[in-house]
This record gives sequence, structure tokens and C-alpha cells, in this order.
Amino acid sequence: MTTTSLTKSRGAGRAGDKVFSAATLAAGCLILAVLFGVALFLLIQAFPALVASPDEIQGGKGFVSYIWPIVIGTLIAAVIALVIATPVAIGVALFISHFAPRRLASGLGYVIDLLAAIPSVVYGAWGAAFLAKEISPAYNWLASNMGWLPIFQGPASATGKTILTAGIVLSVMILPIITSLSREIFLQTPKLHEEAALALGATRWEMIRMAVLPFGRPGVISAVMLGLGRALGETMAVALVLSSGALTASLIQSGNQTIAAEIALNFPEASGLKVNTLIAAGLVLFVITLGVNMIARLIITRHKEFSGAN
Amino acid sequence: MSKRIDVKDLNVYYGKFLAVADVNINIEAKSVTAFIGPSGCGKSTFLRTLNRMHEVIPGARVEGEVLLDGDNLYGPGVDPVTVRSQIGMVFQRPNPFPTMSIRDNVLAGVKLNNQKMSKGEADVLVERSLQGANLWNEVKDRLAKPGSGLSGGQQQRLCIARAIAVEPQVILMDEPCSALDPISTLAIEDLINELKDQYTVVIVTHNMQQAARVSNKTAFFNIAGTGKPGRLIEYGDTHTMFSNPTQKATEDYVSGRFG
Repeated sequence: MTTTSLTKSRGAGRAGDKVFSAATLAAGCLILAVLFGVALFLLIQAFPALVASPDEIQGGKGFVSYIWPIVIGTLIAAVIALVIATPVAIGVALFISHFAPRRLASGLGYVIDLLAAIPSVVYGAWGAAFLAKEISPAYNWLASNMGWLPIFQGPASATGKTILTAGIVLSVMILPIITSLSREIFLQTPKLHEEAALALGATRWEMIRMAVLPFGRPGVISAVMLGLGRALGETMAVALVLSSGALTASLIQSGNQTIAAEIALNFPEASGLKVNTLIAAGLVLFVITLGVNMIARLIITRHKEFSGAN
Repeated sequence: MSKRIDVKDLNVYYGKFLAVADVNINIEAKSVTAFIGPSGCGKSTFLRTLNRMHEVIPGARVEGEVLLDGDNLYGPGVDPVTVRSQIGMVFQRPNPFPTMSIRDNVLAGVKLNNQKMSKGEADVLVERSLQGANLWNEVKDRLAKPGSGLSGGQQQRLCIARAIAVEPQVILMDEPCSALDPISTLAIEDLINELKDQYTVVIVTHNMQQAARVSNKTAFFNIAGTGKPGRLIEYGDTHTMFSNPTQKATEDYVSGRFG
């Protein structure tokens, strides 16, 4: 008698469990299927370009010599964006989370989030029509005063439509991502650790260095990587801002190109093997982004033992 | 290396809410003073005013004087950062810095004071502080491991080591054993007994037996009702407080009739 009462169960509840677990499983599988499908499409479509004879590829010297300048260009633009955006974003996030009075902090938070709502084509137009013009005197100054550095070698572009301008525009675009994620992370710092630092006689800045930044480190790295992902893949702003050309070391001359902008500018008129070449470029961008994310994960897990999680 | 604390007419506010009213108390140097009382009576709040940790909470403020060997902690021009480096604190839940090794945790406070320290001096200080917190033998082989890997009781003793490494005048403890098991509690109580030879120790505890075991003097705080301020009801030798208190409320509390 007692055994029957144990084997009975509420039928409806179990059914709900099953539906829910099936739905989550399906959602998980769908993501994998989409990712796999995209990767497969890229591989199949890119294949002809990868095996084609060198003189059939644009430039006539094979796929590798076609792709590497724009890979470098992509990385340069993204690195410029990160170098500018990361310190600013961390500073703004810390100001919002730990320094600003509460009302100012929430207002500032909204403004930063608004930056993320601006479409990238608007950033591109702003960069091309306004920033490039305004910043070209600075480039002239750099060329004449710091020209001995290869990256500031003159003559500076008269229009200001250089890879440095593109990087600056990108940095503004990725600023809100890094800022809002970092702010959320910093706000989650356990009060306990902040008070531990303060009780030892730490000033507010020392408290941030002892408790807030170490706690937020993995989160900030993730935020920066998300920003990097956007900077690597950003198309419209770079296409509009940069007057592209061959790979050059100088950041203040026109030249250089990024993968995403290269694809966007050439795809509409491409046909035949050119399409395959551009898709192969997309595959390379995919691999770079994947690599960046894996490196980020590696950095985060390497310090797991010392993270705030345990 | 230890100083006395004299509190005069202290009122503690959270915004407009008066949390603790009219506290006058003289805390002896090189002794253990325990604050007991029911939950919400303001004993922790009052403890936090003794090293100006209270004002970390937005809107919190204090009226009155807290004198550390005659110097007012709330006097004009007094830097709370300096106050806190003189008056250390151990919290209810062990809070070693999770991203730092055991060694770095001990040195965390010392490094703040910008003292340039050779590795040898630092080694000596780490050993002395951990010895002082009765933790040295348990961790000497894993100083480079994270402090968060220790047990709760060990973490709490690490926090005490971190507090005494800066050689404070006073050590405040806010229910240091409430998150610990009985064995770890005993270890901390033994340690408190040793600490009073060098430091002024003030401890808040929910556990009356603990107050009776570790303290020389006991202060009983009580609250008249919700929304009313907490007050210091009675203060005296621990033995007297537990055997022959003058106030009815104290007697009811220590005999377990409420709280």
C-alpha cells in the first residue's frame, strides 16, 4: 500500500518538466546548428578561392597575399579602438559606480547607454563628415613633430580619412559596451571586501585597487573582448570613414583596409571567384574573432583560483 | 601600543533616523570589552563609529565625541583613513581578499601605508602576524595560495592577522565568531585572550557565554521598541554584569528571559 503511494506522482508537473527540458535542449541545439551552418557555409563557399591558382585572385598573387594586408588593417583599427576605449571606459565605469553622487551616476549611465543606441552608419557619417576634417590639423602636427615614429610618418592625409580616424570612431562605438558591462561588474563587488579594505585604512582609490579592480578583472576582460569583437566586425563606420588603400605603417596617411569594410564595399559588384574570395576573407575574420574569444577565456581561467568566485 | 577609548554623548544617525542615543562609555586599554544586547539594538552600529566605518554608509553621521587617548576621532581635520589604520576591524563574515595570496592578505594593510619593505622584513612581519593570530603552523607551507581556500575559522584568523599586521592601537571585532563552528570559535576566543596583552579589544557578540568567557568588561545595549534608538543600559565588570547586574533589563537578558 505504501509503495503505491510512493510511485504515484503528479502527472501534470512531470509533463511540464519534460516540455521545459525539451525546449531548452532544442534552443541549445539550435544555437549549435546555426553556428555549424555558418561555419560550413563559409568553408564551402571559401574553398574555391583557397585552392584557386594565384593569378585568378584579385591582385594576381594568390589568396594569402590578398588577405594579410587587410587582416593587419583590421587588427590595427581594432587595437587603436581598444587602446583608446578601455581606459576611458574603465574610468567612466568606476566614476559611475564608486565616485559620482547617485543621481549624477544614473544620468550618466543613461547617456552612455544612449551611445550604444546610435546606428553605426551615423557614426560613420559623423566620422567622415566631421571628425576627419576636424582632426586633420592634429595629424599635420603629429607628422611634423613625431614623424620620426613610423606610425606617424608624414605627409598626413589632407582629408583626415585615415585608419587612426577609423579607430577613434570605433573606440567611441565600443565605449558603451565596455563601460556598461564594467559598471555592472564593479557594482557587484562584495561590500564585505570593500569594507575590509577601508577598515585597513585604505583611501577610496586604494580600496578600488585592492577590492574592486581585482574582483572585476575577469568581467572587464570579457567586456573588452566583446568590444574587440564589435571593433573587428564593424563595417559601416570603417567603410565610410576610411579612404582605403594598400597597407601602410603610418596611421595618419590614407591607406589600409579592414576585412569587414573590404567585403561590404566589394560584395555588391562581385561575381564568380571574387565572391568566393570575399567569403574566404569573412572566414578569416570569423577565425580571428574566435581566436580572440578563446584567448580571453584562457586569461580568465588562468586566474580562476584567485578569482572572487570561491 | 594600545590606547583607551572614551566616548562622550554619542548619537548615531542614519539620515534622520536616530539609531543609537546618548552613549557614554570608557573602554580600558589592554582589556577586552564586550558589547551584548538583542538584535537591532545598535551595538554593531556603535562599534562601527569607533573607527569611523559607520560613515561609509551613505547618509550616516555621528554627533558627540570619541576620544582615543584624548584625541577626538571626529575632530576637525581628522582623516578617517588615518583613524582606520590605527583602529583595526574584524568583521562578522571572514573577508580575506579573494584575489590575493595568504601572504599578500597579511601585508595588504602594511603596503597601504607606503612603507617600502624589503622581502626579509615582510617575511618577518608575515610570520609574526600569523603567529599572533595562531595561524602560522597551519598555513606556513602554503603562503602563496589564495586566502579564500582556507576554512572559515582559518579565514577569520587570517583577517585578524591582517588587522594586527598594521599594529593598530585598538582592534574592533563585530561578531567575529557568528559564522564559525564551535572549534573555530574556541580558537578565536583563545586568540582574543592573548591579544588583550598587547591591544585594546572591543568585541560585539550575540553569544552571552562568549562575552562571559572572553571579556573583562561588558556593556549591555537595549532598544525600547522598533523605531526607537538603541541605548547603553549598563556597563561594568563582566563578572558583576552576569552575576549581579543593577538593571532589571540586564538581568532579564543575561538570564535568557528575552533577546
